[in-house]
Amino acid sequence: MTTQLPLWVTIPGTLLLTGGGLLTVIGSIGLIRLPSFFARMHGPSLGYTLGAGCVLISSMLTSSALLDRAVLHELVIAACIFISSPVTAMMLMRAAIYRTVAGERGTRPFGPE
Amino acid sequence: MNTVFDGALWFAQLCLVVAMACAAFRLIRGPTAQDRVLALDTLNMNCLLTLLMLGMRSSSTAYFDMALLMALFGFVSSTALAKFLLRGEVIEP
Repeated sequence: MTTQLPLWVTIPGTLLLTGGGLLTVIGSIGLIRLPSFFARMHGPSLGYTLGAGCVLISSMLTSSALLDRAVLHELVIAACIFISSPVTAMMLMRAAIYRTVAGERGTRPFGPE
Repeated sequence: MNTVFDGALWFAQLCLVVAMACAAFRLIRGPTAQDRVLALDTLNMNCLLTLLMLGMRSSSTAYFDMALLMALFGFVSSTALAKFLLRGEVIEP
């Protein structure tokens, strides 16, 4: 980082970066610590949406200040993440429910547990 | 003032390293297949955020394109894996 960032970028950028990092690490610790898959699902899907939002806003602020114009590219990534993350979570959840029920009945058609 | 921002960048990147280690642990250890898919999705998201932070550090726009591609392909791959776990086939006739 060679150029000096103005104050109105530094303070929110720093806060958002710190918050985003903490949220992502909390989500990942949930991925390790929680007992069952249906509980583990929540950590990344919730923590990562908010953490990625924080980091994306911070990145938007920084590049806008560095280039001296409004840089809104990150909104595309934000839209992708915010649309795709719930869809992925829902499909994984359906697959997990199906595989759990089929495993209990002993009718799972393929694959290991 | 840049020192503070650099410190925040370092802190966030360290957090992401810890998060990647957690996701890799779950990817290797995960008792069920859906756990591994979830861990892979998490790892992909971690890499995306790391690329964004590298872009902020070096103020280059190439990292942004890589992050966008990772977002798109991560969604496709996770959905395909979930569909495979659900049906045993990705594209059904």
